[in-house]
Amino acid sequence: MEFNTNFILGCSAIGAGLAVIAGIGPGVGQGIAAGHAAAAVGRNPGASSEIRSMMLLGQAVAETTGLYGLLIAMLLLFVKPLVP
Amino acid sequence: MGQGILLSGNADIDFMIHGVFSYELFGQTFWITTTHVCILIVMLVIIGFCIAANRVIKHASEVPGNFQNIVELIVEKLDGMVESAMGKNASKFANYIGTIFIFILISNISGLFGLRPPTADYGVTFPLGVMTFAIIHFNKFKHQKVSGVIKGLCDPWVFWAPINIIGDLAVPISLSLRLFANVLSGTVMMALVYGLLKWIAIIWPAALHVYFDLFSGAIQTYVFCMLTMTYVSDAIGDD
Repeated sequence: MEFNTNFILGCSAIGAGLAVIAGIGPGVGQGIAAGHAAAAVGRNPGASSEIRSMMLLGQAVAETTGLYGLLIAMLLLFVKPLVP
Repeated sequence: MGQGILLSGNADIDFMIHGVFSYELFGQTFWITTTHVCILIVMLVIIGFCIAANRVIKHASEVPGNFQNIVELIVEKLDGMVESAMGKNASKFANYIGTIFIFILISNISGLFGLRPPTADYGVTFPLGVMTFAIIHFNKFKHQKVSGVIKGLCDPWVFWAPINIIGDLAVPISLSLRLFANVLSGTVMMALVYGLLKWIAIIWPAALHVYFDLFSGAIQTYVFCMLTMTYVSDAIGDD
């Protein structure tokens, strides 16, 4: 069966959409980190600046997996590796 | 498609790297792209600032003026950041960390001034990651000696060595991909807003600029430098 370019492009678009689902994980993770940071500040308001920087650092590291999904989507949409 | 090696996109939504001109060398075609131009502008800005700062510090007065205050504040904050993360090793690495911090920060923020951020090109962030990798392993061999490095590789068990090697190699890749993807996502967002909503994109994109260029850029700069410092202090150990 012969696949034409438009069919491959359409499938690439679906794949890109599926790849961006990876954003769920970092969202949950960042939410958990922020929640625990809020609890920590409630327990010890004096350490709020340290807690804030630690929370931002952890969230930025947790964000990486979501960004990998975004990269896959961008590759599928704009570099078009599957189109012959 | 005259610029075959470069990415091509929709004419309306424009966040790609474009070739400015090309030249032939040893039978290869080299492209000077927008990344080179933007990185040159960023470098000129930093060099100009450095020359001005140098002049002001050479003629430093007892009561600092405005500009001298700003320069001293920047140096103090950068030194404090390195000090808090690296402890007693801070003095050796403050110069390097300060340099890459300023470079990445200005690069990330340059999207605000209409440039395409140089860090939204994997060819810029990967060398930064490789530099971190080289510093980590130079310090590892310097401070833990060869025996310590081998012992670290075979940490729980001898057959763990391949996994540890893969873990070591993943460090520069994940560092550089994190910075690249964050800045790229901001660039894509702004290009989408300006490309698809150009009839109503008045004033309110400024709020998006504050988030994507200033906040995200500053956080990613901080994260890159913090992770570099953490890895290097891990490599030095506590001898």
